[in-house]
Amino acid sequence: MVAAKRALPWLAASLRPISSTAAGSLPKQVKIVEVGPRDGLQNEKNIVPTQVKIRLINMLSETGLPVIEATSFVSPKWVPQMADHTEVLQGIQKFPGVSYPVLTPNLKGFQAAVAAGAKEVSIFGAASELFTKKNINCSIEESLQRFSEVMHAAGEASIPVRGYVSCVLGCPYEGKIAPAKVAEVSKKMYSMGCYEISLGDTIGVGTPGSMKEMLSAVMKEVPVRALAVHCHDTYGQALANTLVALQMGVSVVDSSVAGLGGCPYAQGASGNVATEDLLYMLHGLGIHTGVDPQKLMEAGVFICKALNRRTSSKVVQASSRL
Amino acid sequence: MGTVPSALKHCLSYQHLLKEQLWIGEPAAPSPALHPGQEFQISGLPDYVKIVEVGPRDGLQNEKVTVPTDIKVELINRLSKAGLSVIEATSFVSSKWVPQMADHTEVMRRIERHPGVQYPVLTPNLQGFHSAIAAGATEVSVFGAASESFNKMNINCSIEESIEKFEEVTKLARNMNIPVRGYVSCALGCPYEGNIIPAKVVEVSKQLYSMGCYEISLGDTIGVGTPGSMKRMLEAVMKEIPVSALAVLFHDTYGQALANILTAIQMGVGVVDSAVAGLGGCPYAKGATGNVATEDVLYMLNGLGINTGVNLYKVMETGNFICTALNKKTNSKVAQASFNV
Repeated sequence: MVAAKRALPWLAASLRPISSTAAGSLPKQVKIVEVGPRDGLQNEKNIVPTQVKIRLINMLSETGLPVIEATSFVSPKWVPQMADHTEVLQGIQKFPGVSYPVLTPNLKGFQAAVAAGAKEVSIFGAASELFTKKNINCSIEESLQRFSEVMHAAGEASIPVRGYVSCVLGCPYEGKIAPAKVAEVSKKMYSMGCYEISLGDTIGVGTPGSMKEMLSAVMKEVPVRALAVHCHDTYGQALANTLVALQMGVSVVDSSVAGLGGCPYAQGASGNVATEDLLYMLHGLGIHTGVDPQKLMEAGVFICKALNRRTSSKVVQASSRL
Repeated sequence: MGTVPSALKHCLSYQHLLKEQLWIGEPAAPSPALHPGQEFQISGLPDYVKIVEVGPRDGLQNEKVTVPTDIKVELINRLSKAGLSVIEATSFVSSKWVPQMADHTEVMRRIERHPGVQYPVLTPNLQGFHSAIAAGATEVSVFGAASESFNKMNINCSIEESIEKFEEVTKLARNMNIPVRGYVSCALGCPYEGNIIPAKVVEVSKQLYSMGCYEISLGDTIGVGTPGSMKRMLEAVMKEIPVSALAVLFHDTYGQALANILTAIQMGVGVVDSAVAGLGGCPYAKGATGNVATEDVLYMLNGLGINTGVNLYKVMETGNFICTALNKKTNSKVAQASFNV
């Protein structure tokens, strides 16, 4: 990691505050939601042992990340990589001030999550009927009914719920997705009680233009402070799309350390945007995140070694000697 | 994402998906969904962006493998057919310094010259300029830098001395009606000096512009820039040089290129340099990437409804061709997502 220190002057020098100007006033701070341990690992080819997952999450907690998606309480028949969900949630160090949301696709998963100590949960909707059908074998309306059971139970237990909407900029089955549909699903999930809606460009096909169009529609129905963006970098557009979202007032961004998690729809292609690269851009813009880039890089290096894969983060690639 | 679906093979083929969304194929008309009156910055974008393809020169020059002349010529011909209007063909620099460009004269003489397409070549000094003209060049480029140390390390002279050499070239070029494009390297950071102040970039850009360069390409040579530092630098330069004469050359070493390009075009820049397949690594960060991939830039511009005249699919095929010849993986994410690995 000696070579990584070479990158630091850039990171430090880029921490100059920027005044708001014609290119849009950007938020002063951005909350990064780290999805590596769940979304990332779930979409990696190699399964990672429980102890490695726990170590990863602990390292991420030390970086200053405020939210770390820890695991998924879904049947191991569907998602074997997350079979150790209870052990992970109980094994990690829970840092004060850090949230460790877990996925709960239904009431059963929710109950198991709460029993294991979960203090925040997430539910996953989609803006595409076909995607929902292929993924969880029901319609969007039916999926929302299932979620309302979770919402009800979460409400009773005072557990906050984060809502995700997949395929907001394109669907691998339907193709184009109408912004109005995204707005409709987002509105429903928000009204059901989700405190935040993360809009996901699941196959990374979006560009700043389609992002703007979609966000404009959604912002008519859901206040921007309750919105997050989850851009995939499959076509290299993630940071540009995220920048546009920031220009429109979004201040919560999802990303994955080392860009963990490929794309199941385009073999060999990348998926999640790398937290290291996102951080580089945000700090360069003078936006406060509370995250330590050096510690983050170390967490990324650790998990890539464990997975025996190269990092997808360009910042890390540029900083380490190969 | 939620659970992984089992029926992957029923996904739309990538061609169908991309074509339907007008992300590839013929350039799209401006998106009808952009309602007038909306306050967001996107509506202030140019209708047209000129792409300057630097793959055959900047790209190949920074690749480890030296490519045979036949391949270079084929590459340039394919790029011409893809609709690009400017293709940097080669460099008339001493083969002692840059062996990859030793076949400059042959390349220049053998490429197909498509009507309406420019094939600028690098000419660091008068000698190179003469050779370029003799070989049939009709446009040349000169490379300045905003960093003294970079200049010293690269061409063993100060910025001032290099400007003097360029003046000799531009003077002669003007007499012969040969347009000259000026590049300013290290516009956002230098591998030796670190931070570069915008005022220095302005100074060098101004000198190149006043001596007759029709366009100044501002290069983030080591890719360290972000939309923040890029904006500060551009604002300073735009006070002295009309934005219509500015271009940006962002390296993707830290993954910032597209975000930087987006910000630049939001500020009015209408010319972007890029390299097919993201050819050309970074000589200052081993194993890191360099030039941003033309395919990825096109993808973004197409998605924004900005006209470029370039056929993304043909560029992708050309990228595939040169990567096969170089026996390397493409740096373009669009290509990675589209061709089965």
